[in-house]
Amino acid sequence: MEIVAPAGTPAAFRAALAAGADTVYVGFRDETNARNFPGLNFSAEELDQAIRAAHEQRRKVYVAVNTFPRAGAEATWHRAVDTAAALGADAVILADIGLMAYASRRHPELRLHLSVQAAASHADAVRFYAETFGIRRVVLPRVLTVEEIAALNAAVPIETEVFAFGGMCPMAEGRCSLSSYVTGRSPNMSGVCSPASHVRYERQGDALVSRLGGSVINRFGAEEAAGYPTLCKGRFIADGRASYLFEEPVSLNAAAILAELRAAGVAALKIEGRQRGRAYVAAIVAAYRGLIDTLMREGGVPRDTVAALDRLAEGQSETTGAYGRRWR
Amino acid sequence: MAALSLGPVFFNWEPERWRDFHFRLADEAPIDTVYLGEVVCAKRTPFIAPHLDAVIERLKRAGKRVALSSLALIGNEREAALMRDLCAEGDLIVEANDIGLLRLLAGRPHRLGPFINIYNESTLAHFAARGAVGACLPPELPGSSIARLAAPAVIPLEIVAFGRLPLAISARCFHARAHRLHKDGCRFVCAQDPDGLVVRTLEGEPFLAINGLQTLSYTCVSLLGELHQLQRAGVAGFRLSPLATDMAAVARLFRDVLDRRIAAEEATGRLAGLVPETPLANGFLHGAEGRSRHRAELLGLE
Repeated sequence: MEIVAPAGTPAAFRAALAAGADTVYVGFRDETNARNFPGLNFSAEELDQAIRAAHEQRRKVYVAVNTFPRAGAEATWHRAVDTAAALGADAVILADIGLMAYASRRHPELRLHLSVQAAASHADAVRFYAETFGIRRVVLPRVLTVEEIAALNAAVPIETEVFAFGGMCPMAEGRCSLSSYVTGRSPNMSGVCSPASHVRYERQGDALVSRLGGSVINRFGAEEAAGYPTLCKGRFIADGRASYLFEEPVSLNAAAILAELRAAGVAALKIEGRQRGRAYVAAIVAAYRGLIDTLMREGGVPRDTVAALDRLAEGQSETTGAYGRRWR
Repeated sequence: MAALSLGPVFFNWEPERWRDFHFRLADEAPIDTVYLGEVVCAKRTPFIAPHLDAVIERLKRAGKRVALSSLALIGNEREAALMRDLCAEGDLIVEANDIGLLRLLAGRPHRLGPFINIYNESTLAHFAARGAVGACLPPELPGSSIARLAAPAVIPLEIVAFGRLPLAISARCFHARAHRLHKDGCRFVCAQDPDGLVVRTLEGEPFLAINGLQTLSYTCVSLLGELHQLQRAGVAGFRLSPLATDMAAVARLFRDVLDRRIAAEEATGRLAGLVPETPLANGFLHGAEGRSRHRAELLGLE
């Protein structure tokens, strides 16, 4: 299984390669990618250098152009695809149908991957994208069980890539407007979810309160580790009871089920986190490199590596998420 | 003249209530098209099935057009099979809410629902070339995008002008989770909340609403003040998304404003009275937080 690692900076890119990533995925420094955070992502020159460095080591680079082009401004997204193609990217990762139509027409030789933001959650949707635009690989939404992934793989003519580690989205991606409902900025249109520009923390006695767009997302007691107020990871009251209604502040970690994912026919494992620093990227990639190599050699994965990964997870807490049916 | 439509009921109403609701609207509401079908959760599909034919018949007799709305999220073979059945019905037009339906509908006229991402001209052109004869745009689209998509009149476009806006869909059931249950043993607790279950922040601020797998706005969208601007910008229809209120009265308010029988300000006041617990909002249309409310004249589409 191919390890597809994130890089938000040239330093993280180099760290991912050094740690043993087969592929690194990146985005341009603008609204065309779904991690449009200040100080992150690549200029055309940086991408050029990154692709040269990767190809020298016979590794690959995928470029995410995975937001939805704004009406009247599609040229910006077209340019991003053109630049990625011109610089020799091994694939572009797309979410928008209009942009897929453009890319398949203008760059018939360019390999197209379907972003998780395109919300292809069943074989019928995957076949639609494959037949219509020649999509070669689909990144599956984080809402499917291993069983459903296996059934999908048996039914579609293209490769699948699944999320193995990092942020855990409880909603079908590319179909969520929670962030824009509260902040005016959304993953689909602006490439951000719960943006830092709308986050405030305040002390209330011993407690720390986090807010997004003015609304309380969580309240941490003195003994609790405070987390970032991503909207769907907050604590809310429903039916008179406060709870992590949508999702606990946990990371996804599929390390314990790698053998199952491989048996389900998964071609590639995606590590989330283009917003993360190079040390984090290096640690996760190295751990997964070790796991995959051991899995290929011995058919199983060592428990101590799985546990080490758990300690790197957000809030020091991990989950296999929707891959298990109980998650639902 | 702009058309008015009634969207599919998102909530798990008692089947008889669902039936009688549509019977009454057939007789009383100035609505042109009614969308029927379970959109949120495949587990609920059997509930309305026994009444579907009677409701379709009654609506047609009253001169309404009827369309069948698909599920918003198809995640497994069972759900896909339900959708194949839906598309095989034949004589009624299907509104696709998941990309997975497009292969089934290839080569025949169909519509696209608000759960299909249409953000720009190229995407709309692609869908139109494939046989889409109408679309309801995603609720988070700002007015500037709506105007650009609607002006060339490629296919008639509709926008959601009333109701709780669908914000997210998941494979996880939040209603079950709120009741410490799982989706597989959910006991259909979603049926307890005909307008969804209001979610509050830890400060008690009403924030969102959940409806099974779906998360909705707490606020109720109202575009009464912007109807004329949107109509001039080329929007062909306005969708009213059912809530547990007098939807016939809601429809009459929208029709009366469209036909200039009453002013938007007066209609908005009366609409607020029909959803007294739920504040009105129009933020997405104004390119702002969806839950915010803006003065209609600031939209500036003309």
